[in-house]
Amino acid sequence: MVTHENGGGHGHHQAPTGFIRKYVFSIDHKVIGIQYLCLALFSVFVGMALSALMRLHLGWPNAHWSIFKGGLMTPEQYLALMTMHGTIMVFMVLTTAPQSGFGNYFLPIQIGAADMAFPVLNMLSFWTTMVSLLVMIAAFFVAGGAPIGGWTSYPPLSALGEMAGPGQGAGETLWIIGLAIFCGASLMGALNFITTLIDLRAKGMTLGRLPLTCWTWFVTAILGLLAFGVLLAACILLLLDRVAGTSFFIPGGLVITDQVITWHKGGSPLLWQHLFWFFGHPEVYIAILPGMGVASHLLSTFSRKPVFGYRAMVGAICGIGFLGFCVWGHHMFISGMSPYSAFAFSILTMTIGVPSAIKTFNWLGTLWGGKITFNCAMLFALGFVSLFVSGGLSGLFLAQPALDLYLHDGYFVVAHFHLIMGVAAIFGMFAGLYFWFPKMFGRFLNEGIGKLHFWLTFIGVYAIFMPMHFLGLAGHPRRYFDTTAVEFLQKLQPVHVFISIAAFITIGAQLIFLFNFFYSLYAGKECKEENPWHATTLEWSIPTPPPFDNFAGVEPVVYHGPYEFSVPGAADDYIPQHLAPNLVKKA
Amino acid sequence: MHDVKTDAALDSAWSGGASPFAMGSKKLGMWLFIVSDTLTFSALLITYTYSRITNPDWPKPFPMNPAIIFSTTMTVVLLASSLTMVMAVMAAQRNDRKKTVLWMIATMAGGLTFMALHLREWFHLFEEGATITHNPWGTPLFGAVFFGVTGMHMTHVLIGVIYLGIVATGYGRGKFSAEDVEVNGLYWHFVDLVWMFVFPLVYLMSVKY
Repeated sequence: MVTHENGGGHGHHQAPTGFIRKYVFSIDHKVIGIQYLCLALFSVFVGMALSALMRLHLGWPNAHWSIFKGGLMTPEQYLALMTMHGTIMVFMVLTTAPQSGFGNYFLPIQIGAADMAFPVLNMLSFWTTMVSLLVMIAAFFVAGGAPIGGWTSYPPLSALGEMAGPGQGAGETLWIIGLAIFCGASLMGALNFITTLIDLRAKGMTLGRLPLTCWTWFVTAILGLLAFGVLLAACILLLLDRVAGTSFFIPGGLVITDQVITWHKGGSPLLWQHLFWFFGHPEVYIAILPGMGVASHLLSTFSRKPVFGYRAMVGAICGIGFLGFCVWGHHMFISGMSPYSAFAFSILTMTIGVPSAIKTFNWLGTLWGGKITFNCAMLFALGFVSLFVSGGLSGLFLAQPALDLYLHDGYFVVAHFHLIMGVAAIFGMFAGLYFWFPKMFGRFLNEGIGKLHFWLTFIGVYAIFMPMHFLGLAGHPRRYFDTTAVEFLQKLQPVHVFISIAAFITIGAQLIFLFNFFYSLYAGKECKEENPWHATTLEWSIPTPPPFDNFAGVEPVVYHGPYEFSVPGAADDYIPQHLAPNLVKKA
Repeated sequence: MHDVKTDAALDSAWSGGASPFAMGSKKLGMWLFIVSDTLTFSALLITYTYSRITNPDWPKPFPMNPAIIFSTTMTVVLLASSLTMVMAVMAAQRNDRKKTVLWMIATMAGGLTFMALHLREWFHLFEEGATITHNPWGTPLFGAVFFGVTGMHMTHVLIGVIYLGIVATGYGRGKFSAEDVEVNGLYWHFVDLVWMFVFPLVYLMSVKY
C-alpha cells in the first residue's frame, strides 16, 4: 500500500480549481463525505423501491400488476428483490452514510485537522465503493437476474451456480465480486479514519475531549478494519468455489433439483456461516455505533446539558465494539452447534445489554432536567433512542437459544433487525443531516416539512415493524413468497395488508424528505452564522460552509471538553471547545 | 469551567498536536493494514484447519526428500530476504542511498527466487496430478486449501516485489524518505511472517512417513 500524499496536517493545502478535481476526483474530505452521502441517498431510494415491490406482493399476493410480466411476480423475482434490498441497504446505506459520509465530513473538522491522514486513499476508497455499487447493480441486468440467496448468501446454494436458481448464475458471481471490492474500499476507509483520529488531533484535543461522534467513528473504523478482512477472505473462497471448482463450502452427496452433485465434496457450509457472521455481527455495530454518537451529541446540545457519564459512554462504545466480535455464534443457534457453545454465545450476547443499557440510561440522564429544544434534529435523535430500545429489547429474546429455536428465520427476527440496525441507524442519519445540513450547505432544512417527515416516519416505522413481531410469534417464517399457500398463514394476511399500507405511507414520507432536501438546498433559510445551534464542537468554530482547508491554515487549540453546556459561572450556556479560558465570559 | 486536571494531560503524548507514537502517518497506516491483512490470512488458515479436521482422508503427500527439503530452502531464501531488507532500512537511516537501493534489489531478488522456487514446486505438484480441484491422495479440499493459501501468499510476495521496485526507484531519485523504506520493510517482514505460519501448517504437518 503506497501512499504519497501530504496528509491532513495544516498549511500545505491548496484548493483545486478545475471542476473534475474539485467535485469528481476530489481529495477534500468534505467533498468525499458528500459524495458518499449522495451514493447512500441514491442507494436508499433504490433499496426502498425494492422493498415497495415486495410489500406490494406480500399485501396482495394474487392481485395482478402491470409492472410484472404476466401480471404476477415470480418467486425468483421476490427472492432477488429481497436479496438486493438487504445487500444495498446494509452495505451501500448503513455502512457508507453514517461512517464514510458524515464521518468523512466531520471527523477531521471535529478533531481540528485540515483533512484526513491520506486524502488520496480517501478518494480511492470512495471510487472503489462506487465501482462496487455498479458491479452489484449490474447483477440485475445479466442473464438470470439478481441473486436470490439473501444478503447472507448461504452456501451450498450460493456456491453451485445457475443450477441452484436463476439468479445464482452470473448475478451471484457479480454480487460476490461487488462485495469483495466493497471490502477493499471499507478497509481503506477504516485505516484512514483510525490514522486520522490518532495522529491529527489538534493540540489539546485529548482523548477525553473527543466528541462522542468521533469516538463512535473511531471504534466503528476499528470494527471495519477487523471485520472486512475476514469477509474478504470468505468472498475469495466462495468465488473460488464458483469459478475454480473448489469445495470449501460444498459438502459431498448433495442433490439439487434432482441432480446428484458428484464433482464437489469435503467442504462445509457451516464454515461460511462462521466466517460470514464473524464479519456480520460487528457489521451490525458498524451500522449503529455512529448513530449512537450522533444521538449523544444532539441530546446534549439540544438539552443544553453535558452528556451524562461521558466516560461511561466511551467505555460502553468500546465495550459494544469488543463484545461485537464475541457473539457471532448467536446467528447459528439452529445450525446444530453444541448446546455448550450456544450457552456461551448466549451469555456473551446478553452481556451486550449492559453497555447498551448504560448508553440508554445516560441518554435519559442527559435529557433529565434539560432545557429541551424540539427541533427536527432533536426529534430524530429522540426517535433513535426510542427505536434503539424497542429494537434492542427483542434482541434479548433472540439471544436465548431455547427461544431462538422457535423464532429463528421468522418475522420476529425481521422486525428485530429492521428496528435496530435499519431504522434506528437511519434515524441517526436523519438526526445528523438536520443538524449538520446548515454547516454543509449554508441553508437550513425546512423545519415544518421536517416535522411532518419525522412524525409520519416515526409512526410509520412502528406501524410496519411492531406487527411483524406478532407475525413471528405466530410462527410466520421469513422469506416466504406465497403466504396464501400455507393454511395457518392465511389468517395472518390482514396483518400483511396493514404492514404494506403502513410501508407505502412511510415511503411517501421519504418523498416529502427528498423534496425538503432539494427545496432547502436551493431555497431554504440561509445560515450565515458559524454556530446557529450554539453548539460546542470545532465544526461550529469555522465559517459556513467550511473553506477548503477547514481552519484556513491555522491549527486550532482545544481548551475544553466537548459538552460544556450550562456551566455554572459562565455567562453563555455553552463554552466552545476552542475558546481560550480567559475569553470565557463570566456571569 | 476550565478543566484544571487537563493541563497536565496536555503534556502527554495523547494530548493532540502530534502523533502519539512519534511516527509518520504512513507507518501507522501500514501497521493498520498489517492488522487487517492478518485477519484475512487468519480466516484462510482457519479454513485450512477447519477443512483438515472435518476430513478424515486429509492427505500427507510431502516426502522429506525432495518436498520438505525444497520448501525449507524456499523458507531460507525468504527469511534471508528479510535480512537484506533490514540492511536496506539501516542503510536508509544512515542516508546511504546507493547501498539502500542495492540492498532493496537484493531483497527483490530474494522474493523473486522464492516465487520461482515456489512455482517450480507448484508445477511439480501439477505433474503429480494435484490441482486446485483434484489430487491423487485424498480429499480434493487439500489442493483447494494448498493452492488457495500459498497462492494468496505468493500474490502478496509479488505485490511486495513490485512495491520494493517502486520505492527503490523513488528513493534512489530522492523522491522518497528513509521512513518510506522502513514502511516498505514492515510490509515485507509481514509477508515473511505469514509464511512462517503457512510453512509449518501446510508443509511440515503434511509430511509423508
